Amino acid sequence: MSASTGHVTGVNGNMVNVAFDGAVIKNEVGFISVGDTRLKSEVIRITDGIASLQVYEMTGGIKVGDEVSFTGELLSVELGPGLLSQVFDGLQNPLPELAEKCGFFLDRGVYIDPLPDKEWDFTPVLKEGDKVTAGDFFGTVPEGLFTHRIMVPFSLQGEWTISSIASKGMHRSHETVCTIENAKGERKDLSMIITQSVKTAIGGYAERVMPDEPMVTRIRVIDTFLPVAKGGTYCTPGPFGAGKTVLQHLTSKNADVDIVIIAACGERAGEVVEILKEFPELVDPRTGRSLMERTIIICNTSSMPVAAREASVYTAVTMAEYYRNMGLDVLLLADSTSRWAQAMREMSGRLEEIPGDEAFPAYLESRIAGFYERAGKVRLRDGSYGSVTIGGTVSPAGGNFEEPVTQATLKVVGAFHGLSRERSDARKYPAIDSLDSWSKYHGIIEKEKVDEAYSYLRRGHEVDSMMKVVGEEGTSLDDYIVYQKGELIDSVYLQQNSFDPVDSMVSVDRQKDAFAVLYDILRSSWDFTDKKEVRSFFNELRQRFLDWNSTAADDEAFGERKESLVSFYQGRRR
Amino acid sequence: MQKVYTRIESIVGNVITVRAEGVRNQDLAEITTSQGTGYANVIKLDGDKVSLQVFKGGQGVSTGDSVRFLGVPMRVSFTDDLLGRIFDGAGKPRDNGPELTDNMIDIGGPSVNPSRRIVPKKMIRTGIPMIDVFNTLVESQKLPIFSVSGEPYNELLARIAMQADVDIIILGGMGLKYDDYLFFRSTLEKSGAMSRTIMFVHTASDPTVECTLVPDLSLAVAERFALSGKRVLVLLTDMTNFCDAEKEMAITMDQVPSNRGYPGDLYSTLASRYEKAVDFEGAGSVTILGVTTMPGDDVTHPVPDNTGYITEGQYYLRNGRIEPFGSLSRLKQNVNKDTRPDHRALMDAMIKLYASCKDSEEKRSMGFQMTDWDEKLLKYGSLFESRLMDLSVNIPLEEALDEGWRILAECFEPNETGLRSDLIRTYWPKER
Repeated sequence: MSASTGHVTGVNGNMVNVAFDGAVIKNEVGFISVGDTRLKSEVIRITDGIASLQVYEMTGGIKVGDEVSFTGELLSVELGPGLLSQVFDGLQNPLPELAEKCGFFLDRGVYIDPLPDKEWDFTPVLKEGDKVTAGDFFGTVPEGLFTHRIMVPFSLQGEWTISSIASKGMHRSHETVCTIENAKGERKDLSMIITQSVKTAIGGYAERVMPDEPMVTRIRVIDTFLPVAKGGTYCTPGPFGAGKTVLQHLTSKNADVDIVIIAACGERAGEVVEILKEFPELVDPRTGRSLMERTIIICNTSSMPVAAREASVYTAVTMAEYYRNMGLDVLLLADSTSRWAQAMREMSGRLEEIPGDEAFPAYLESRIAGFYERAGKVRLRDGSYGSVTIGGTVSPAGGNFEEPVTQATLKVVGAFHGLSRERSDARKYPAIDSLDSWSKYHGIIEKEKVDEAYSYLRRGHEVDSMMKVVGEEGTSLDDYIVYQKGELIDSVYLQQNSFDPVDSMVSVDRQKDAFAVLYDILRSSWDFTDKKEVRSFFNELRQRFLDWNSTAADDEAFGERKESLVSFYQGRRR
Repeated sequence: MQKVYTRIESIVGNVITVRAEGVRNQDLAEITTSQGTGYANVIKLDGDKVSLQVFKGGQGVSTGDSVRFLGVPMRVSFTDDLLGRIFDGAGKPRDNGPELTDNMIDIGGPSVNPSRRIVPKKMIRTGIPMIDVFNTLVESQKLPIFSVSGEPYNELLARIAMQADVDIIILGGMGLKYDDYLFFRSTLEKSGAMSRTIMFVHTASDPTVECTLVPDLSLAVAERFALSGKRVLVLLTDMTNFCDAEKEMAITMDQVPSNRGYPGDLYSTLASRYEKAVDFEGAGSVTILGVTTMPGDDVTHPVPDNTGYITEGQYYLRNGRIEPFGSLSRLKQNVNKDTRPDHRALMDAMIKLYASCKDSEEKRSMGFQMTDWDEKLLKYGSLFESRLMDLSVNIPLEEALDEGWRILAECFEPNETGLRSDLIRTYWPKER
């Protein structure tokens, strides 16, 4: 590994050109010295002996001739015990520690060790003489709720032999706990911390398998109609104010995964603050511990430097892959991938590359695909399974999905949850437009039944559009009933009241129960004389259904309310 | 560093290029032309070629004019003497007062550490019922007023400047018509609010570059006042002009435009300004209220669209009123639970009834028969519009809530309003 030096020859926005001596690696990290501060940057292009660096900080004050030192290492993160419940910026600087050091503002050129040098209770699982390859784990430490596996660095080539390993007991995270040797006689000291390049996907597993198990979010429209699988990918595009972030927050609280990583990428700082203040107070119903204990937040909000925003999603996905390799299910929520794409666009503009659609670079699609492809379910060498699920929001300009980022994302994801302004304006939450959206995964309910429910929704919608033209008078009674059935699915099943303590999160069993009743209603027919009667019947039906929805399963009124709903529509059945 | 360079190699639009050494990115320079002395700042370095944007514009600059680098970035003075003063987009006095040079601070400083932010929970009272009651403004919030040209948005801002319950008002004017500038000045002077106001005003005839500096100047000063414990409200009008100025600069610099000619970094540019809104724990706060005119009333235009993704809600100004429907303050839930027990319920009920009133109006305009209920709604609508929605109404929140109850009582029976019985028992006007 070289460690070359160079000096600045030009500055344009957050891009700096550097003339260098020796060798420079593409995507290696360099530091630009400006007075006493050193600004972190990454080589993104080398032309005619000049390296172009994107600077992860403001570039004010840099002058021609300033010294640059290259590190010989690609942009990396530190992986090890202690990541959980932390809050980092896009380059893995811990923000609370940064605040202790610098106060209110993010001073530039200040970098802090992401992982505290803490003592952990290490248990070796291998012994001297055992053979290891990249990704094997040689020991464990308890980290909160999980058994954290201490692994052999993923970048290591070939087979190595353990020549010594620490005994069980407390060890500091930066201390050597294992020494390995290969056939050539090279030795490596391993600590509990791995340095991993963020733009290289972590391997070290046996094989990738099909994502087949649904990831339950406790949101009915998702779990039943538009499911997401563990190890799958989905995207949530929507105009501003349609509730993308609220939906992601709900998912981050309720998803039945082990670890949630939230990448707040180029969005409002205020939204991150809500998570920061709220999560430590909330109890994870599955474990009884604070939600924060299973959460990592990567926070590069809109006013923080743009180049670091580009890095932040990779930082997040690298951590997700790391925990996946411990046999855990990890959910990565990226809000918003459009801001990440815009960061690429800004850099591409500075590099004077030939622009594609809406000035996005030509490699936009391959980058988006590359990012989502890092999701997946894997079988590890010890036979256990782990997964990374990626959910990204998209903020399309003008709320129009026919734009490059949305379209490129739709090509690679397994589920599409499109939010509509119409639904959010009508206060119908979650504002997922179920007719436009789709999912390729299997949910918690048989596909045939869901499809049948869908057909009512679709036909109900058609009748609704027709009624707008011909009026209620011009609609047949049968069509009107179909319309009312479609409306019923929407109001009692698709919509969910996130302020209601019961209705805001619905378990799988309860969804199955409610869907069975709904399905029975859809297949029922009644004798009605006129539309007024139909309307009042469905109004009453809806009211009873909603009452049941908001009753807790352990409430004594639960059975009674269900009975009152069922007997009401069954009693009038033809 | 005080060397003078006299060979300007190129002049394109407002950007000039000179050959110089040891110049730092974003440094300020003084340029002396036949028309006087002005400022420019460094925007690009390429070897010894230094590109600068000239604040006064490229017009009249000669290749033989002299450029002197000052070795510091753009700065503004921060003292209490700022209060009551008016400056232009370059930070020079507009009001014949003395130039201020004490305690110079950098503009466009670093952003606030998200982990040091707090959840906003202090209301700002403005005396305007459509804001206080229906879409409460919260300290540290950033809100735009979406409006078409011709709406009285500057009158609204002036009213807020006079009435808002804050310590300091900073008005940033961008591309203001001279008449509007005079209007702001005379209104604030007459009302006595000028003593707590600082104005940075760029008028439509001033150089474009200065327009792009106004938000940074205003917010840098606001931030410092907030750190010293003051509650500052920054009013920016009109952010669309600011974006257009940024667009002009980007095109001059040969940047590839992304959407309708606007630069690809428009979102980041706007966000780095709006995100200066903050509530400092243990100190003051910065709240931003901006005006964004929507060309052609099109909310999907890049400027309102990007703004909407950044800000915490929006006020729609239509037909001289703040629209109750599209308008939204995303932070109102944080404060309106602690004002008065009837606040939220009354707000919801009044909006629902007003929506029904709009339906009745539609029915009427299509020539349908009006029922008793429709008549009640129509009466309610007109009372609501004249007694609460009108922008000239200036009453505190509590009186506005009482007024709301009175309007309801004049139009409806209690059980027609959909309000909870316990609230009706407490607040329904007794004299009826």
